[in-house]
Amino acid sequence: MPHISVRNMSVAYGDREALRNVTVDIPDGQITAIIGPSGCGKTTLLKSLNRLIDLYDIVTVEGQVLIDGVNIYDPHVDMLALRKKVGFLSQRPYPLPMSIFDNIAFGPRIHRMEPEQIARQISELEAHAPVDGLLPPQESQREEQGEEDQMARLVECYLRLAVLWDEVRDRLRAPASSLSIGQQQRLALARALAVEPEVILADEPTSALDPISSRLIEKQFKLLKRKYTIVLVTHILRQARRLADYVVFLYLGELVEHGPAERFFSAPQDDRTRAYISGEFS
Amino acid sequence: MIRRRTVDSISAALMRFAVIFANALAFLIGIVLVVKACPILAQKSPLQLLFGSTWYPLRGQFGLLPFLVGTVAVTLVAMVLSIPVCLLSAIYLSEYARQRVRSLVMPIVDVLAGIPSVVYGLWGVIVIVPLVRSVGQSLGSDTTGYSLLAGGLVLSVMVVPVIVSVSTEVMRAVPVELRESTIALGATRWETARYVVLRAAHRGIFAAIILGFARAFGETLAVLMVVGNVARIPVSVFDPVYPLPALIANKYGEMMSLPLYDSALMLVALILLVVAACFIVGARLTLRRLGRTA
Amino acid sequence: MKWRRIEEAFVKALMFASMGLVAICLTSILLVIVIRGAGALSFSMLVETPKGGYYLGKSGGIANAIVGSAYLALGGTVLAFALSLPIAFAVQQEYAGRRVASFTRLALDVLWGTPSIVYGAFGFVIMVWMGIRACLLGGILVLALLMMPIMARTFEEVIRMVPRELKEASYAMGATRWETTWAIVARQAVPGIVTGVMLAFGRGIGDAASLLFTAGYSDRIPHSLFDPVASLPLAVFFQIGTPIPEVQQRAYASALVLLIIVLLISLGSRFIGKRFARFAIR
Repeated sequence: MPHISVRNMSVAYGDREALRNVTVDIPDGQITAIIGPSGCGKTTLLKSLNRLIDLYDIVTVEGQVLIDGVNIYDPHVDMLALRKKVGFLSQRPYPLPMSIFDNIAFGPRIHRMEPEQIARQISELEAHAPVDGLLPPQESQREEQGEEDQMARLVECYLRLAVLWDEVRDRLRAPASSLSIGQQQRLALARALAVEPEVILADEPTSALDPISSRLIEKQFKLLKRKYTIVLVTHILRQARRLADYVVFLYLGELVEHGPAERFFSAPQDDRTRAYISGEFS
Repeated sequence: MIRRRTVDSISAALMRFAVIFANALAFLIGIVLVVKACPILAQKSPLQLLFGSTWYPLRGQFGLLPFLVGTVAVTLVAMVLSIPVCLLSAIYLSEYARQRVRSLVMPIVDVLAGIPSVVYGLWGVIVIVPLVRSVGQSLGSDTTGYSLLAGGLVLSVMVVPVIVSVSTEVMRAVPVELRESTIALGATRWETARYVVLRAAHRGIFAAIILGFARAFGETLAVLMVVGNVARIPVSVFDPVYPLPALIANKYGEMMSLPLYDSALMLVALILLVVAACFIVGARLTLRRLGRTA
Repeated sequence: MKWRRIEEAFVKALMFASMGLVAICLTSILLVIVIRGAGALSFSMLVETPKGGYYLGKSGGIANAIVGSAYLALGGTVLAFALSLPIAFAVQQEYAGRRVASFTRLALDVLWGTPSIVYGAFGFVIMVWMGIRACLLGGILVLALLMMPIMARTFEEVIRMVPRELKEASYAMGATRWETTWAIVARQAVPGIVTGVMLAFGRGIGDAASLLFTAGYSDRIPHSLFDPVASLPLAVFFQIGTPIPEVQQRAYASALVLLIIVLLISLGSRFIGKRFARFAIR
């Protein structure tokens, strides 16, 4: 059963409709790309998956988003747990006004993760590591280490996972704002991963980055999909072709077409899809 | 064509004059006060003046310590009472309230800012002084109500608008995406405010507090009306005090009657000018550097 | 997990308590002044001057204070305006270099932060030096000095906000600095200028400390610039201290009149600002 189901989702900001009656299932363990021209509701759809749209001033939401069978728009739902489950990467990285170390430790700290929990998380990570050799060598006396050391190991793990460890290992206490924008985005990735989500949402994560940093992020996404479900908004068709396993096409707030990437790009059903893919409009 | 250029040049010259005037005025006030304060500084050492605790102009004693302590005490009480209330309100307005609520509340805060200090003083006499008297007497003190606490209470309400409006503005300036990123990690709004927004805005908030402090320091009339005006160093908050501005306000009539009296009062004015100016300039420079023109 | 929610609920309660406290104080101030002042207010109170004796005069009204404050505040506003507008224009880019502009802004900040009693002391010294006694002229001059930094800063901020492109359009047509300033900048900034004037006026009419030794006090309406003049704030201050109830009534009436004037100005400046904003280009 798919992890995430969107059912009859309609969102309006004031009297401006952003999403109209969108119904789609997001497949598990794959990279889903939400594509479409600007202003067509891609970011709204993405942000509705972790109720980030709640932050907007005047917003009306109808419909349901079911994650593991639970409608997240139910007023009784535990928002904090939900947001821990669903991580978010924004377009421009916004490092928290703290050191690099604290940026990553922030999530685990506010969720009050106990040292045993952290140790368990690390060992799970190592057991199911997306790529071998990416994680620090195992140490035998892990359980006896104090909380601070556990946190340090955690930070190191996620920095490695985001391919940032080598660049920052000797300045973990430096302010995060001193990093370049490409590094900041990888930091944001590590930060989002550190709370152990099951889903990663990314809103045009490479549009503000240079080509090299972009490629690094894309490479990581390809590796991370083994463990996480990734939903990615992009307006770069080529990026969607490169990364997506599943594609969702939004146009003017409406869900026009969706399907497995191969079939979507080679044999689009709708005229609008065909026009968009061939570059008639963007 | 020539006429147009002439008009332009003349107006530019007038502008230059205006600029010189503005700058000169700031210096002029300082210089005039220094000149008038010189006589007493020549006769008495600054230490005698600042730390002397006897104020008896008839005998040539101009110890300013009770007044200095009084001013600092009443300002501190006002800040201690005001800062938590202001910060909590500002956090609510910035992080929790909808735009509609904000645009309703901010004008009300401005109204509070516009109320003349005499009106605050009158309110203080009618409401606060009896309140302090009953509380104080129930705690065993023999206070009349005219006290340090009354002055601090009235002053704390007077500085609320400054601190709240500047703090809220500074916090609103923190980019919304930063809040989004933090909430997306699963933080509550309070955790976002406390660990992220406050940290990002802390310099501006500090500047707001300094502005409030400076306003409290120089406030004359409202405090004067409720504070008792007794030149003693206070032992409890229920004791009366005599702040520096009140000293000038009360004694200006007698200024010319005794030697050095006017010079002493001008010295007090100079102290007020220097302290207030330092604080305000410091705070404004900080705010400007943050890109806010508050 | 529960603790975090409890913490937030607790803090929210504190926030509401804080705001409630402020609201209570404001309400208390308004109520007290309105109730006591309304009891004292009557037509004769507004148009008569106090009769017989300085503080002991039993009958009469506060016309001296109302008219006096009007003279003082209007005179001060006009004078301050004449000084502030040129200053505000003069610190703009086309007239002043960067260093001069920031130095002047700093000087204006110092003047803005100077306590009003210091202005009073300064004014007093100058007046003694010039051989003038406390009178209307002295009060007007000191108020003008007090109001000038407020006006100049407000003007300066709105003038600075005039978009550069607008000014460029004017220069491109061959206009001089002066012509551009008048035709475009002034017109764009009118709402802000009006607001600034009203703000300063409100401050001027409510200030007492600066008038203490420069304007004097009188039971009569001044006939010349060199007569002493009463003002509403000083009327409150002097008359509340007496034991005679009739005189105290005058103090309450003065306070109410003052409060009404200040509230009207506050509301009025917002309203007028919005009206005039029609002409401005966003």
